[in-house]
Amino acid sequence: MAHITLPEGLPGITGLLAFRPETAEPMRMLSEFLLRGPNSLTSAEREIIATYTSSQNDCYFCQMGHGAAASHHLGGNLKLIDEVKRDFWTAPISDKLKALLAIAGKVQKGGKQVTTEDIESARQAGATDLEVHDTVLIAAAFCMYNRYVDGLATWAPRDPELYLAMGARLAEVGYVNSSAPIPVAVAD
Amino acid sequence: MAHINLPDGLAGPRGPMTLRPEAAVPLSQLAEVLLRGPSALTRAERELIGTYVSSENDCRYCQTIHGAVAAHYLGGDEKLVRSVKRDFLSADISPKLKALLNIAGKVQQSGKSVTTKDVERARNQGATDLEIHDTVLIAASFCMMNRYVDGLAAWTPDGDDFYRRRAATLAEQGYVGSVSH
Repeated sequence: MAHITLPEGLPGITGLLAFRPETAEPMRMLSEFLLRGPNSLTSAEREIIATYTSSQNDCYFCQMGHGAAASHHLGGNLKLIDEVKRDFWTAPISDKLKALLAIAGKVQKGGKQVTTEDIESARQAGATDLEVHDTVLIAAAFCMYNRYVDGLATWAPRDPELYLAMGARLAEVGYVNSSAPIPVAVAD
Repeated sequence: MAHINLPDGLAGPRGPMTLRPEAAVPLSQLAEVLLRGPSALTRAERELIGTYVSSENDCRYCQTIHGAVAAHYLGGDEKLVRSVKRDFLSADISPKLKALLNIAGKVQQSGKSVTTKDVERARNQGATDLEIHDTVLIAASFCMMNRYVDGLAAWTPDGDDFYRRRAATLAEQGYVGSVSH
């Protein structure tokens, strides 16, 4: 059960967004820009960074939702998402994305964990300043979202179909307009 | 030196935020709502939560500037701010704020570290659902900002005067538009 009284039937962050619209609005705007805004990194790559960070933070709801979004952007490739979460160094992704995930992993532990070597490796793999910036901010933002979702003990359903639907919605409609609740079974 | 090329003279998150104005707008708006918007918690209390979390995350820029903002709201009581960072349980603050700082400290470690007991303790001291929600989100958002600033090794000026001056500006003008003002 959540630590505070939230509207029924809204999983994960969605209940929190309904609870406090004044903070929901900037968070929606932030996610929309970071994950779907114009960027040299694809939405799939950015959702992968978000998913990886969330899995390192052991946040089930976030890693499932964003993993599904990443997969949807890739035309349906949940296997890749699992491979990235398990060991991104050996996953079939670009060297640049590997180097950026390494940075995200450091940010997840703490800002000061990012070394000049990490940055240099990303540059060598072709990452620009802006891509490094965005990677750090996405990882940092998910360190916020993961703590928000788990810190209030929100409901994280275990139905994989739910997350597939959520991922499709996030990938196609995004974070600002998808205010209609995703139909879910009643929480137990 | 910062990990990426950042404009001179903008401390903490301001330099990085100039690279992405579309992110700066919601980040500033979130800070404004959480730290200065209508709330049963005073602005000083909310800044103390942010300062405490930043000090637990060992982020020098964030703990110093928000500590200075808290002190500004408290009529210059820097000693109190220091005592909260050092050991909030023995600081001269309300039992409710102590219970909320306990929750913030748990959030800093991990969302899952917050227990029902932590929340109950806060409720017993009079904290409402909204105050508990905002405490968790303030703590979580500082975990974001601390990583943003230190993850890019953004400029962290030395000396207290810079922070006192900047704090006065933030306390008066707020966070919206704070990249430019």
